[in-house]
Amino acid sequence: MNTSAATAAVRPRLTWFTFASPSNFYRLAGVLGPLCGVVAAVFALAGLWMGFFVAPTDAVQGEVYRIIFIHVPAAWLSMVLYVAMAFWAAVGWFLNARMAFIFARAIAPTGALFTLLALWTGSLWGRPTWGTWWVWDARLTSELILLFLYLGYMALVAAIDEVRRADKAGALLAIVGVVNVPIIYFSVVWWNTLHQGSSLTMGKEQHMASSMLAAMLLLTLACWAYAFAVVFARARAIVLEREGDNAWARALIARTQG
Amino acid sequence: MNGAVFLAVYQRDLRLAWRRRTEALLPVAFFLVAASLFPLGVGPDPQVLRLIAPGVVWVCALLAAMLSMPPLYAADHADGSLEQLLLAPGAGVAVAAAKAAGHWTISGAPLVIGAPLLGLLLGLPVEELPVLFVSLLLGTPILSLLGGVGAALTLGLRSAGMLIVLIVLPLAVPALIFGAGAAAAVDAGQSPSPHLSLLGALLIACLVGAPPATAAALRIAVE
Repeated sequence: MNTSAATAAVRPRLTWFTFASPSNFYRLAGVLGPLCGVVAAVFALAGLWMGFFVAPTDAVQGEVYRIIFIHVPAAWLSMVLYVAMAFWAAVGWFLNARMAFIFARAIAPTGALFTLLALWTGSLWGRPTWGTWWVWDARLTSELILLFLYLGYMALVAAIDEVRRADKAGALLAIVGVVNVPIIYFSVVWWNTLHQGSSLTMGKEQHMASSMLAAMLLLTLACWAYAFAVVFARARAIVLEREGDNAWARALIARTQG
Repeated sequence: MNGAVFLAVYQRDLRLAWRRRTEALLPVAFFLVAASLFPLGVGPDPQVLRLIAPGVVWVCALLAAMLSMPPLYAADHADGSLEQLLLAPGAGVAVAAAKAAGHWTISGAPLVIGAPLLGLLLGLPVEELPVLFVSLLLGTPILSLLGGVGAALTLGLRSAGMLIVLIVLPLAVPALIFGAGAAAAVDAGQSPSPHLSLLGALLIACLVGAPPATAAALRIAVE
């Protein structure tokens, strides 16, 4: 039986749940993923060109400030992706949607990567400007704890062999984590102000040149598009892994191999 | 919540612990040994020790609580009694609350009692000891409740011990900050009451939030 023709025939109209079906999602992500990849590459090139050649040298920090163009997008995405992960985990938990769980799992490694990038670039930036690789500043500390939350989620999901249990346990942990994030953040801020007196804040006070802002926004869009591209690709891989025994997946594999 | 289930499970856990007293005392032994390693590691300078004492006591309490978590549900899960326990209506939350309460009574309360002694060993001034005591009194139940969530999520997994530590420690950061901060505030000449109030607020939030989360995690594990 020609399954691809059959599924195409019974696809009457688009609803909210059309792409909650793994096979539909697989096809959609196959188109959107590479598209996002291209968008990411274009925006990254444009942003890097703006950042390195158009944006002026900072009056206070010199050339080293240019690390902001990767640091700030990474830090933004690290936080946004955690919320996105918890959102899909909650959708999966309450609607029992398979794709939502897959999305939560697919987002986690990218979120952890951006958290690590934010920490790493922050450390590289801190060395010339603050004179130290690391300070126990409130933002740095909460970002580090965010990394631990990502690692905990990934470790838990990886440790459970049963797919369903892993999905649900991971979802519960992500939801508990996102409830705790504000509490952790404010406790760290308060701890920091108590222990360190006046600590270093990043140089956000001065006005940014518009070309600096443009470069940063371009690279933020590039990071967003990259995150989408990678999450789509990873979600597709997970779908194939789980649905590999279904007719549509078998037909697909047979087509690509034969 | 089912009160009868709570009481039955709580009493049963205490009785089981009483029959294996040496095992129940292991967390306290770990707490004392781990904390005594710090002077050996950082040197016996009384100034330094006094400064780090609240943090050392709190971190060791945190680790002792987490390390004693894996067996919390393991035996009941292995022999199938956990599934039976969860059958009664509203029993999940009661079981989770009773297990956390039992864990605190068996391994949390002895830490609270032993902490002032440890504080003295580390050269903490006598006037800070009551604050340390109260902060642990409010804080160790938080650890038992959060640890319960971790224990339920990792039930029956090979690497449950390490996983619990990795999962729960980030969530326990606020408790650590306010708990150790209370004694440090006294050291800095400030009032410890804001820290203790926030710790109390955390305890209430955990009392409300942790048992349902644990119950949900238990359901997933026995499904």
